[in-house]
Amino acid sequence: MSSAAAPSVGIRSLTKRFGDAAAVDAVSLDIRRGEFFSLLGPSGCGKTTLLRMIGGFELPTEGSISINGADMTRTPPYERPVNMVFQHYALFPHLTVEENVAFGLRYKRVPRAGEGKRVADALALVQLAGFGKRRPDQLSGGQRQRVALARALALEPQVLLLDEPLGALDQKLRKEVQVQLKHLQRSLGITFVFVTHDQEEALTMSDRIAVMHGGRVEQVDEATRVFERPATEFVANFMGASNFFAGRVREAVNGTVALTLKAGGEVRLATEGVQYRVGDDVRFVVRPEKLDLRLRDLSGHGVPSLPVTIEDRVYQGVSTVWIVRDRADERFVVYEQNEKPFEETSKFTVGGGAYVCWNARHAVVIGGGAERQ
Amino acid sequence: MKPDGRDTGGRAAYPLILPTWATLGIFFLLPLTILFLVSFGQRGTYGGLKPIEDFRTYVLSGKFLANYARSLHPIYLQIFWRSIWMAVATTAACLAISYPIAYYIAIVAPQRRRGLLLGLVVVPFWTSFLIRTYAWMFLLRTEGLINRVLTGTGLVAHPVELLYNNFAVLIGLVYGELPFMILPLFASLEKLDLSLLEAAEDLGAGRAAAFRRVTVPLTMPGIVAGIILVFVPSLGQFIVSDLLGGAKTILAGNLIQNQFAVARHKPFGAAVAFELTAAVLALLFAYTVYTRRKGQDVLL
Repeated sequence: MSSAAAPSVGIRSLTKRFGDAAAVDAVSLDIRRGEFFSLLGPSGCGKTTLLRMIGGFELPTEGSISINGADMTRTPPYERPVNMVFQHYALFPHLTVEENVAFGLRYKRVPRAGEGKRVADALALVQLAGFGKRRPDQLSGGQRQRVALARALALEPQVLLLDEPLGALDQKLRKEVQVQLKHLQRSLGITFVFVTHDQEEALTMSDRIAVMHGGRVEQVDEATRVFERPATEFVANFMGASNFFAGRVREAVNGTVALTLKAGGEVRLATEGVQYRVGDDVRFVVRPEKLDLRLRDLSGHGVPSLPVTIEDRVYQGVSTVWIVRDRADERFVVYEQNEKPFEETSKFTVGGGAYVCWNARHAVVIGGGAERQ
Repeated sequence: MKPDGRDTGGRAAYPLILPTWATLGIFFLLPLTILFLVSFGQRGTYGGLKPIEDFRTYVLSGKFLANYARSLHPIYLQIFWRSIWMAVATTAACLAISYPIAYYIAIVAPQRRRGLLLGLVVVPFWTSFLIRTYAWMFLLRTEGLINRVLTGTGLVAHPVELLYNNFAVLIGLVYGELPFMILPLFASLEKLDLSLLEAAEDLGAGRAAAFRRVTVPLTMPGIVAGIILVFVPSLGQFIVSDLLGGAKTILAGNLIQNQFAVARHKPFGAAVAFELTAAVLALLFAYTVYTRRKGQDVLL
């Protein structure tokens, strides 16, 4: 049934209601073959419910799910060509590592003789050869996570679902496992659908990310684009770009607009195909690391500059965080890399004035336009 | 020895375990020892213990084992055999009935109704066991409720003999022991991590296979505890068999009770009681050795 053109996971207007509340609200997504796809969002955004519906653990209220072109909306979990790595691994405590990994093989019609090799291969894949005779409670958190992975991969699924599998690991181990997982996914070529609330984790591993909020998908895009060009205010905020600027369109020509800022001054922005009319209110965002703090006004040189008052300075070692306020009483955050010795950079004083500058290319217009109803 | 010099593992702990030993000693070991000694004695003319004149010849002649020898008579072996299969049947029936009930309360039923359902399991304990057994007599006897319904609806022409047979005893035993099976099963099912069942399904196991390969092994401690809690008392039951079995169904419990209360042959009653205790202890010991060898938690 599976055609080469069909997406690995096709989700069509999928809705899941618990009582009156919609945990997942009319979501449509195409997850491509062999990609590392992340569902990213805060807790309660519906990402886990969506994953569980792909796995077959929740039945959708409306909509459909297909896997490699075959409709799987009502197929029970044990008949789906997908496997899951559970949040707390769900290893069988009464079975050894080997028995855990071999658990599903009999349902895949793997001949008994081949079982041992499949188990050994799967354990070798996650670097756990030699751990087969142990029980889950004799393993560390990281090892358990790898057993869960081996158990799912031993069945050679077409899609692997991962429900925050790194949540229980400490920070350092997490970073290592992120890289290993990404490598594994690339070498196996299996579609990974990864649920996480950690934007950094999603960025590190994903080819594409769907940012979810309130049961809906706010943006589906490549990792770099979700980070650099957030489509909505929520995505911008969630990805840590908290600097919102407001202005009114004074002039709109050829995909660029000239804005009069609320706090005074004027900037020009590219609108990426969105049509604006003169008089429209426009909000745009610039990431903290893309803002620059200067002593002089650079607007004469065509660089957008906004006069601000410095409210606070937070020294973080690698970088310094400046908190500033403009004349319209809006707060902005500026990250500055500490490239030079600290004494040389302390030209700004808390309570003093400065200018916030940015490259016009880094300003991302959000909302207000014709495209966004 | 702790670093601060206090020796908590040694003599200092004795006063702490003293109450345990005192309780066990007075209420368990002492009676058992008396029972054990009495079982080697001889019945006196008026039901007491016959004094032993020459201890040496009494032991050497082997007379002290007379009560145990007597208990091997086919009449008594038949009673033991009936006790065992009745206890096995009771345990099996209890397990078969209790597992779905415990499963429903622990897993299927909504959380807020769990307390109520558990309460319903425990409610019978508010009434004396004796009275509840009498209630069964009213249900089962020839002019009882069940027979009235059966004859009233015309299903049978004449009342069915439900009371005073093995079947009635079995019903009484199963009814009485049911909560002792449900409660430990509930306790272990409640602890079951449901994501393990999802994992089993995810790996391709259907509902039945997931139950067999995950639920049953993981609730085995509850199953074993339930089996022990039901099997041991059923083996020594005498009220149920007395009331619901009439004179027809004599179990080991009845035999012992008879020897003490009716036949006034205390040494023989003590010997049979001790045999029963020894059999149960041997079973529990075998179970402990078995689970230790498998490296699992020993429950008892």
